[in-house]
Amino acid sequence: MDREFIITIFSENKVGILSQVTTVFTHRNVNIESIAASPSAIEGIHKYTIMVKNDPERVANLVKQIEKKVDVLKVFCYTPNEVVLQQLALYKVKRSRNVEDMVRRHNVRILEIHDEYIVLEKTGHKEEIDELYQMLAPHGIYQFVCSGQVAIIKSRRELLDEYLKYVNAKYQRMMLQENK
Amino acid sequence: MAFSGFSDTSTPQPKKDLPRISGSEAVIRSFLEEGVETIFGYPGGAIIPVYDALYSYRDKVNHILVRHEQCAIHAAQGYARATGKTGVCIVTSGPGATNTVTGLADAMLDSTPVVLISGQVASNTLGTDAFQEINFIEITNSVTKWNCQVKRAEDIPEAIARAFYIASSGRPGPVVVDITKDAQNGLLDFEYKPKKFIRSYQPYADIDNDQISEAVRLINLARKPMALIGQGVILAGAERELQDFLEKSGIPAASTLLGLSALPSDHPLYVGMLGMHGNYAPNIKNRDCDLLIAIGMRFDDRVTGDPSKFGINAKIIHMEIDPAEINKIIYADVPVLGDVKQSLPMITERISKNDHTEWINEFRVCNNIEREDIIEPAIERRGAHLRMGEVVDAVSKEFDDAILVTDVGQQQMFASKYFRFKRTRSIITSGGLGTMGFGLPAAIGAKIGAPEREVCLFVGDGGLQMTSQELGTIFQSNVGVKIILMNNGFLGMVRQWQELFYNKRYSFTELVNPDFELLAKANRIAYRCVERHEDLDDAVREMHSTPGAFLLECRVQREENVFPMVPAGAPVHDIRLE
Ligand SMILES: Cc1ncc(C[n+]2csc(CCOP(=O)(O)OP(=O)(O)O)c2C)c(N)n1
Ligand SMILES: [Mg+2]
Repeated sequence: MDREFIITIFSENKVGILSQVTTVFTHRNVNIESIAASPSAIEGIHKYTIMVKNDPERVANLVKQIEKKVDVLKVFCYTPNEVVLQQLALYKVKRSRNVEDMVRRHNVRILEIHDEYIVLEKTGHKEEIDELYQMLAPHGIYQFVCSGQVAIIKSRRELLDEYLKYVNAKYQRMMLQENK
Repeated sequence: MAFSGFSDTSTPQPKKDLPRISGSEAVIRSFLEEGVETIFGYPGGAIIPVYDALYSYRDKVNHILVRHEQCAIHAAQGYARATGKTGVCIVTSGPGATNTVTGLADAMLDSTPVVLISGQVASNTLGTDAFQEINFIEITNSVTKWNCQVKRAEDIPEAIARAFYIASSGRPGPVVVDITKDAQNGLLDFEYKPKKFIRSYQPYADIDNDQISEAVRLINLARKPMALIGQGVILAGAERELQDFLEKSGIPAASTLLGLSALPSDHPLYVGMLGMHGNYAPNIKNRDCDLLIAIGMRFDDRVTGDPSKFGINAKIIHMEIDPAEINKIIYADVPVLGDVKQSLPMITERISKNDHTEWINEFRVCNNIEREDIIEPAIERRGAHLRMGEVVDAVSKEFDDAILVTDVGQQQMFASKYFRFKRTRSIITSGGLGTMGFGLPAAIGAKIGAPEREVCLFVGDGGLQMTSQELGTIFQSNVGVKIILMNNGFLGMVRQWQELFYNKRYSFTELVNPDFELLAKANRIAYRCVERHEDLDDAVREMHSTPGAFLLECRVQREENVFPMVPAGAPVHDIRLE
């Protein structure tokens, strides 16, 4: 059965990694639901957050195929309850009394107000963003855009630290052996 | 940032008295640092500077001018598989580069270490659809283990050091270094440091002792175990470790197509080849096994048939270097991740000495059935026409201990099953991609890599014509390969499927062939044709005693089928003898 997974990928900051990673998805026939790329908390290391809905076994195999890419450091795979997930959406809607009431009730930020339209920002879960969309739709949405979902794991530190420690120890051992 | 890909590289030491040379010369000198002796290539506009540098080093590196870039890769593959070293190729940008894609894909699927240097247009014209510009990095993303583009001369040594390390370590594979023309022409202070460490790339897993213990436990308990030998054994150089393991455990062993020759064909524990057109015994016995020990193999569908029925009564131990292969096709009860050269002795040390005589006898019974029903009739000199089996048998007898190279099709299956192997690295064939046209260039590479050995190529009339331009390379570079052309006037393997599964509707599988004698003669290659049983031995002897290359055309039975055979998608124990 298909389930939702959040895949976070840590890679060297090399040109073309994103395309290497997405190639794995197309090759292994897994659809990307959303994707976000950014630097990580560790200098020189990039982080990709990719949402998929697929069979757990297939996702487990996919993760190993991504990790196999030489410039990818480490890949982690989470279920939604292991992470804090957020997404940001912008809505450009026609101005009206109704819309302005709704904005006040729904904790939505107003970014810009024009004579004819108003630009709203909503940050939250995917469901909240969809819900707001449904509510605004009857009042006329001119434009809509939504970011990929981003996730932060609930454990305190980046799990990548452990990998880097392990790799570093391995390197030190190798150098020691060589100097002998 | 220009080429900022190597962020994990330690800061460069202050420059000593380093020679100041061009990027092109740095390419060649990096090769020399890596011990490269032979390069397969084809020049063109965007790689002229490297060829110019090569001219000054032509007494130090041997360059083989192929006739098509696909064949540069296949030749490098043949070279790599015969020698265990990394094959090296140079091609130009655009069409030169795209021509290599089939070769790269073949090397990727068959885990062959190859480094390809491709020329690229100058960096200031990148992205302008310049003459012979294509985005080769994008194109090769899914057919390489790693690739990178170099736009500055000073990045060349580091990129090439990475390329060789990545291509040859862990599970080997093809690597592309795409070098812009300005980087080739630019100057740098040359210093070469071979790579041994890349933090994002850990090719050898630490072997898990618990997994070893679990494997040992299952092996000691097993009553009907079978070992499945893959090419991983050869790539790891673990042939000795394999024999030690088998001889102590007494476990019968079958081989995948690419694992052939890791164990000598006459080893008492060897029970035959796995797979769709493999031997009868290891397929039919698959269902009876209670333990399968897969050693450096990846459960290709040509080996497993219907994977849900594969080893249905068996526990699986999967010894493999590539974590992504574990549980990909067949669930492993005990995965033993790591280099088999390390893990096999750890297991051998701890298992109890055993023999499985009765169980092995069951294989022998099946072997005998196959011998009587299939093999003997196939190799005996009877019937109106010469047949593939008898040709392979005759060549194998005459050329004791040759390297077998095959193309793809019926002749590939006959050759790999009827050829007898004495030592490792004696089979070179396209397994994963099944690339027709692979054989001839791969044989060239093998012979150049192992000049002291005989190289026998079995190729079909279809496959020879896919890369027959390389007969020119054979003449120019004086490559002494023995070519056994199995001419059946058909794309035989496809015709066999049409016969068995498509009501004999031979849709476009019949070949009207050129005069192969003239083709050989045009390339000044010795030639003989054999059509009758009684001429076979003499023809094979003539081929053997003629120095240099030889094309032996065997006019074989037109509609012969390869058996046994597992129908596509069926469980392997449904193997058919006819
Ligand atoms: C490049 C390529 N194209 C098509 C095929 C499909 N194919 C597999 S075997 C075969 C027939 C090969 O004919 P031939 O070379 O004469 O060998 P035979 O089977 O007759 O021994 C074909 C067309 C392939 N494997 N590779
Ligand atoms: Mg044929």
